Amino acid sequence: MKLAIVAGPATTGKTSVIRHVIRKLKSNEKKAAFLKIDVQYAEEDIELAEEFGIPTRKIYSGELCPDHCNVMVLGDALEWAEEQGSDVLIVETAGLCLRCSPYVEDVLGIVVLEATSGMNLPLKVGPILSLSDIAVVTKIDRVSQAEREVFRARIQDVAPKVLIREVNALYGIGIDPLVEEILESADVEGQLYLRGNPPVGTCTICVGKKEVGWQSHFGVVRSLENQNFYRGQ
Amino acid sequence: MIESVTIMGGHGRSGRPEAVQQIDLKMGNVVSIVGPTGSGKTTLINDIELLANANTPTGRRILINGCVPPSEYRYDPAKNPIALITQHTNFLSDLPVRKFLETHARIRDKRDQSTDGLIERVISFANQLTGEPINLESRMTELSGGQTRALLIADATIICDTPIVLLDEVENAGIHRTRALQLLREHKKIFLFVTHDPRIVLLSDFRIVMREGSITDVLHTDQEEQKLSEGVSKLDDSLCLLREKLRWGQRLIANDLEVFA
Ligand SMILES: Nc1nc2c(ncn2[C@@H]2O[C@H](COP(=O)(O)OP(=O)(O)OP(=O)(O)O)[C@@H](O)[C@H]2O)c(=O)[nH]1
Ligand SMILES: Nc1ncnc2c1ncn2[C@@H]1O[C@H](COP(=O)(O)OP(=O)(O)OP(=O)(O)O)[C@@H](O)[C@H]1O
Ligand SMILES: [Mg+2]
Ligand SMILES: [Mg+2]
Ligand SMILES: [Zn+2]
Repeated sequence: MKLAIVAGPATTGKTSVIRHVIRKLKSNEKKAAFLKIDVQYAEEDIELAEEFGIPTRKIYSGELCPDHCNVMVLGDALEWAEEQGSDVLIVETAGLCLRCSPYVEDVLGIVVLEATSGMNLPLKVGPILSLSDIAVVTKIDRVSQAEREVFRARIQDVAPKVLIREVNALYGIGIDPLVEEILESADVEGQLYLRGNPPVGTCTICVGKKEVGWQSHFGVVRSLENQNFYRGQ
Repeated sequence: MIESVTIMGGHGRSGRPEAVQQIDLKMGNVVSIVGPTGSGKTTLINDIELLANANTPTGRRILINGCVPPSEYRYDPAKNPIALITQHTNFLSDLPVRKFLETHARIRDKRDQSTDGLIERVISFANQLTGEPINLESRMTELSGGQTRALLIADATIICDTPIVLLDEVENAGIHRTRALQLLREHKKIFLFVTHDPRIVLLSDFRIVMREGSITDVLHTDQEEQKLSEGVSKLDDSLCLLREKLRWGQRLIANDLEVFA
């Protein structure tokens, strides 16, 4: 079975891209399964199940980092998709953390960005872009050709190795190369590992200590003047 | 070397095949696309820019020199032989003008020319088309609609400098259109104008007629129309003159309409 992890900021067009990918997979007689991971609300599972009659699921990450929630459940999800007799499992995840990425070694990682988001966005999204294999740029119908090309240059500047594919996800223009990449990717097997290094742990605020000011905290802390430093007990 | 572009017909909005199934554009051709609002003119030039291969809603295919174009045309702006000037009248880009042009020159791989020189030429071209000059340090998002389109035309001509240029309704840009035409035609290229403007249509070698998402006809500018062209240009010059005078707060006089005198 093939696996593709599709991540990206809210409303960039992830589901729209996936919808066209599923359609093309279907016309290639490949069975897709779909898993959506979100923090607190999502309905893609219902929409895509209705539209394509494919097995779908969703999971809310709640208190967990949404990117790492993916890694937690992926083993189960792969088993589930195998049971359904799927050829491809597509995971859509919000990628809200910006410190983390949801990608897995040797599994296709796709980030979806929108051409309308401003030229500094590629510089702001961190590992979700730099650790991906393919950056899909949506909404190219909303900008001039010059802007589309400058946006491509801004992505290349931060992520020179990432393949960039521009699409109009309303009409599914430019989707074919993505489907090819998915079908040509290696089957998933054996123990999978998170790609890249996760960020430095949690801070004492994350675990419930609410005082304002670093003086009240321990472990990895930070002041306005200094980079992160360690404050032991 | 690009010698020709071929449009292979698809289907209109109804799903029926287009009446015209093949159009060949040769280097040096100036072509107009005409048709009522919503008839699919923009869609047609988008198909060309996307190098459609039966993968857009129209099912059209675009060939270059008679063959399916290589995919690098789409994935590497430095190799893309097409510049498209869209109907967009605002930029979403939050970069300063200079940075934007610098980045565009870099990705279009114009490193053989000095970037400062290129940017100077883009700005002086654009400023010949607008009233209020564009400042290199202002943000792209601050430009007016007319300034935006003037900059896009200048960018396409000088930075892209491609053999194929597609323009979507330049006449609506609120810019100096006659000057734009003069400047553009100094370069030997394939030009496709989406237009409602008789002057541009009559200066074209032929025009593609569109209805309901479909190419319905191709009309070559015949001798009678060519004769008309001169009069239309004069009429248009007079109207442009009136427009300019009004724009700069001047009064009009009877003599201004000398074509009728
Ligand atoms: N014009 C245009 N609109 C698009 C394009 N792609 C997506 N949209 C629109 O953008 C909106 C969001 O698209 P979705 O596919 O739901 O985005 P998403 O990333 O799945 O959003 P969340 O899952 O809610 O984070 C919808 O209204 C889409 O119709 C595109 O290429 N062009
Ligand atoms: N062959 C086609 N098949 C399906 N839909 C089409 C086709 N051609 C055009 N359309 C759709 O018709 C709509 C109008 O087309 P378009 O914007 O190209 O018109 P236009 O002639 O440029 O109009 P305007 O003069 O207002 O700019 C668009 O939504 C487009 O997607
Ligand atoms: Mg979604
Ligand atoms: Mg149009
Ligand atoms: Zn995280």
